[in-house]
Parts: sequence; structure tokens; C-alpha cells
Amino acid sequence: MKLSTLLASAALALGLAGGAYADAHGKTKVGFVFVGPVGDGGWTYEHNQGRLAVEAEFGDKVETVFVESVAEGPDSERVMTQMALDGADLIFTTSFGYMDPTINVAAKFPDVKFEHATGYKRADNVSTYSARFYEGRAIQGHIAGKMTKSNIIGYIGSFPIPEVIRGINSAYIHAKKVNPDVEFKIVWAYTWFDPAKEADAAKVLIEQGADVVLQHTDSTAPQAAAQEAGNVITFGQASDMAQYAPMPRVSSIIDDWAPYYIARTKAVMDGTWTSTDTWDGIGPGMVGIGEISDAVPADVKEEALALKASIADGSYHPFTGPLKKQDGSDFLAEGETADDGTLAGMNFYVEGITGDIPN
Amino acid sequence: MIRLEKRPQASQAFSWAAPLLAVIATMFFGGLLFAVLGKDPITSIMTIFWEPLFGDFAFYYRPQLLIKGAPLVLIAIGLSLGFKAGIWNIGAEGQYIMGAIFGAATGLAFYPTESFLIFPLMVLSGALGGLLWAMIPAILKVKFGTNEILVSLMLVYVAEQFLASMALGLLKNPEGFGFPGSRNLQQYASAHNAELIAGSGMHWGVVAALIAVIFAYVLLARHQLGFAIRVTGEAPRAAKFSGVNPTRLVLFCMGMSGLLAGLAGMFEVAGPAGQITIDFNVGYGFTAIIVAFLGRLHPIGILLAGCLMALTYIGGDIAQSQLGLPAAAIQVFQGMLLFYLLAFDLFTNYRLRVGRTEVA
Repeated sequence: MKLSTLLASAALALGLAGGAYADAHGKTKVGFVFVGPVGDGGWTYEHNQGRLAVEAEFGDKVETVFVESVAEGPDSERVMTQMALDGADLIFTTSFGYMDPTINVAAKFPDVKFEHATGYKRADNVSTYSARFYEGRAIQGHIAGKMTKSNIIGYIGSFPIPEVIRGINSAYIHAKKVNPDVEFKIVWAYTWFDPAKEADAAKVLIEQGADVVLQHTDSTAPQAAAQEAGNVITFGQASDMAQYAPMPRVSSIIDDWAPYYIARTKAVMDGTWTSTDTWDGIGPGMVGIGEISDAVPADVKEEALALKASIADGSYHPFTGPLKKQDGSDFLAEGETADDGTLAGMNFYVEGITGDIPN
Repeated sequence: MIRLEKRPQASQAFSWAAPLLAVIATMFFGGLLFAVLGKDPITSIMTIFWEPLFGDFAFYYRPQLLIKGAPLVLIAIGLSLGFKAGIWNIGAEGQYIMGAIFGAATGLAFYPTESFLIFPLMVLSGALGGLLWAMIPAILKVKFGTNEILVSLMLVYVAEQFLASMALGLLKNPEGFGFPGSRNLQQYASAHNAELIAGSGMHWGVVAALIAVIFAYVLLARHQLGFAIRVTGEAPRAAKFSGVNPTRLVLFCMGMSGLLAGLAGMFEVAGPAGQITIDFNVGYGFTAIIVAFLGRLHPIGILLAGCLMALTYIGGDIAQSQLGLPAAAIQVFQGMLLFYLLAFDLFTNYRLRVGRTEVA
């Protein structure tokens, strides 16, 4: 209790000083806590692009700071506290594992706004935000189902959590729709970013006959493995990974945080910031679909773009019934779409996927 | 011409001067590195070493030093006993994980019962978890002569998989909407390793680390077993003649280092970290190896080295956010510390001679 009083008073003193400073220079300070290095070419890279976009948008009116490769747990709590002490007005914490630390630090600094990516705990000064990556997975699944010749699609999972399982289901549903013979082979890497492990996983999948490799991990190692094997297609993850286009990378899911970061920074500047829960997809532009390369036949590309358009305008939902769960029980009735609560906690495969979700 | 000449006897003075020289050299060349990156070297070094101790917010960073340093010291003390005797437990990271899992599982088993007995039970089972995990390479070594370096290291990866499985399965928070990670022990009073004095950073793990330092000091200086450890490392043949039982020594050193690593993991999960998550371990078990050597395998040295390491972590993070230094530069800076230590260590056993080689 004593510490929090101490911190709060320090923050207050600093807030006053910072306020005076802000008045003098009109600067809003925005902090970013990153789980990986900004050069990872995937998840953290895109968050950093968002940070740079905030700087480009507001110029002299903002100051951004960041710390990269911050371990989840007490280290992240210290880094957030340090940013708040140094006078940050808004702090983006960009990994699921920062959830409890964000809530802890936010409680000590009621005047600082926090934005936590992909979590579910909120407070008066903590918002959450995430992207509907499964919308992009539907398009990947469609292209994968059309393009595979061996009918085996490899999938590199990171961790068996709802977000990843949702992606697998979405890709599978849409691959199956265009190719009833398709089979998914799933390898769990138990990491978000580990080029060596990801490359191994990709090689194993290719050896098992997969000629499409989807990944929910952030490095370009699977792309490199596919390029080496030849005749295997992949999709960029989190970032465009265009350096591997047109083959093996035929398209990508791009996380575009820039519009959101700019809007939230603006809200803090205008004093209109409130705690919200944002889950945006292709429509609002948080999920981007990277250029579909010429390695994809024109008709498939056209279908994929049509699918993208229908998801963007809301006329189609990737989880539309009839769908059954893996165990054969009913999931969605004809025409029914999955609600956000079900999607957020998804912990089952849909019918047709073989293998168990590891526990 | 310059050449190296073996000293007739290892220089005691140099053995203690090497860490200091290494720190100075690291500051100098680290400063150069930061200058090349376009940052003011003096400000950078000051931010890393001065800011956490005496800066504006030192009231917050000083306690953080204890939180960051305690597990490093606790683990390094255990490792140093084995290292002194030539027994190489490289798998403290795995024992740290197992201690955390055992400790957290014990606490969570009682949830939501409140009792003052729960925390002591968690401490015991945390120690047991680390001990058991370290006993695997120890017993394999004693019975079958396997290499403890390889076995203990491999068991780190087994422990990591086990950790992931626990976070996703058995210990998963039932109220966590299917997301991985256990309940937060910080919100469970009986199991929370809270600060003993709020705002001081002093939790039971810090106390345990200090006790371990004293215990190791007494053991090495005064106890028969400490003598056995030292003599085995320095002169294995002499140890045999003086009746040291190598089997018991391996079991003791591996067991003790596992136990202390397990304790460190338990205090961490019940306190600063709060929950079992997939990425719970952040490399304390490996960093502690550096700490042990930086501290000359001496209890007091390890205490100082642990604080220094913690300082570079905390100062490094401050430098990243205030000065925009990349994380990789900070890691290079930390790497330099070990590099220069090893370089200067050479002069403990050798000296530089300038001049011609005399023909005998």
C-alpha cells in the first residue's frame, strides 16, 4: 500500500511536472512494450511500424519510447512502471503475457492510460485490443485448398490457445469447402518466435508431404525452409514477408496497428480516451491481406479477393453454419454465425481435423 | 616481444582484481559501442549504472534490484558448490521451473482455503521439486557414469515442455476463458510471497538468498564437507587419499544446487511473477552461471555479482526506453562483462613478459 501511495504521489508530482512540460512543448508521451526484437520481421515489427506511424502522424506533438524483448512477468511490470514514472501518458503493452502486469501497474498510475493487446482484463484506465486474424485465415484456407496437389496442408501452431485454434479452424473450414480431400497436419512449436524450431517444424511438415505450410509463428524461417524444398507455398504471418514473394510466399496476413494507435493517441491528446474493447478485422483495416502473388492462378486469386470483400463488408462470416465440432456434436446450425464469446474462448477443433489439441 | 609466462602460483590478487578490471573494461568498450551507435557514451553508462541506484526514481529501482538479484544469487550459490568440486550442473533453469511448478501446484491445490500453513508447505515442495529434478542427472552420473552437463541441460528442455503443459492443462486458471496460465497467486493471500515491508522489495526469496550466502560461506570455510568440495576441485587425487566419497559429493552438490534453484523458482512464482505461464522462465538459471563465475565461486563475490547483473538488466531497460538503445546493444554489453572477465582471468595464472626468450 505504501509503495502504491509513494508511486502515485511520485506520478502525481511527475504528472504535474509532465503536464507543465506538455503545456510548454505540447508533447504527448507514448510508450510501447515489445515482447520480441523490433527486427523480428513479424509481430513486434508490425507493432513498431504502428509506433512509427504515430510519430509520423503527430510529429513534434508526440514523443514515443519503447523497450524491446521484454520478458513477460516481473520484468514487464518494471518496464511499464519505469515508463509511467518517466511521464508516459499512454502505454501500449503488446503481448498476451503482459496482461496481469498491465493491470497491476495501471492500478498504481490511475492517470496513465494503458492499452493491452490480445488480453481480456480491463480497468478504467486499461483498454484491450486485438485483431480478427481468423478472417485472414479463411482466405489462406481457400487459396491453400485450391493450390495443394498432395492434399496435405501443414500448419505450424505456436501454442494451443483459443486464438491459434480459431485460426486453424477457420483455415480448415475454407480449405475443405473448396477441396473435400484436404487433410491438415498440425505441429506445435510452443514458441511465438524461434527461427530454428520453426524451420524444423516446416521441414517435418514438408517431409510428411505437405505442399502448403501455414504458420502462426512470427519468423520467416518456415518461408526459407519452403523455398529450399521448392514447390511448397507459404503465407506471410503478422508481416508481409514480401522478400519471399512470389514463391513460396503467395500472400500474407498483415497486422496493421497504425490506424488504431493513431486513433488512441489522438483520443489521449483530445482528452476523449475511454476504456474500450476493440476487436477489428479486415473491414476496419486492422487485418490486411498481402498482395496475392502470380504463383496463384488468376481465378483462384479472384475468388480469394471476392471472399475478402464479403468478409470486409460483413456479408459473410468465416464461422457460418452448418458446422460440427470434431467430436461430431453440433456447433452451428445452418446459417448461424459464431458469436464473439464463443470465438474468444474457442478450445475445440471443427469436424474433420484429426489429432487432439494438446493439454 | 610479448609473451605469456605461467606463474609459479596462481595470483590471489589478480583473481580478485579480474572482476573489477572486467567491469572497467566493459564500461569503456561498452561506452565505445554506444558512441558508435550515436549515443552519448557517458550518459549511456550513467543511465545503466547510476540511474537505478541514485536517479530520480531510485526509490522504485532499488527494491527492484533485490527482486531481480535474489533468484540469481540463490541459484548461483548452489551452482558454485558443485562448480568448485568440478561437478557441472548446467540445468538450473530446469530445476527452477520444476520448483515453481511444485510450489504453485501445492498452493493451488488448497485454493481457496486460507491457512498460514500453506506458504511453508509451498516452500518445502518447491525445494523438493528442484531437488528431484537435479537428482536425475546426479543419480545417472553416480550409477552409470553419464555426463551431468548433458543430462542436466537436456532436462531444461523437458522441464520447459512440462511447464507449457501445466500452463495449458492441469494448472490452467478455470476462470481464465480458456487462455493459458494459472491463477494469480498474488491474489491468493495464503500463497502470496508478498513483500515483508511494502515497497522494500524484500520478499522471502531475498531472505533465502541472504541465508544461502551465509550458509555457503560457513560450509566452505568451516565444515568438513566444504573442505571435501574444495579439495576435490583443486586436487582430485589428493581428495581420494583424504577419504572423500565422490558419490556422496555428487549427490550433495547436485541436490543442493537443485534445491536452491527450486526455491528460487517457487519464490518467484508466488511473488513477483504470480502465475505459472508458458514463458515463466526468463533464463535466471543460465545467467546464474555467469553470476557464479563473476563472483569467483565465492559466496560474498556471488552476492556482489548478482547485484551487478541485476543492475545491468534494470539499467539496460532504462537505457532502452530513455535513450533508445536497442536491446541487442545491452545484451552485447552484458556479454562483454563475461568476455573481459575470462580475458583478465588469464592473468591469474599467467603474466605478461616483455623481452626476448632466454635460451636455457
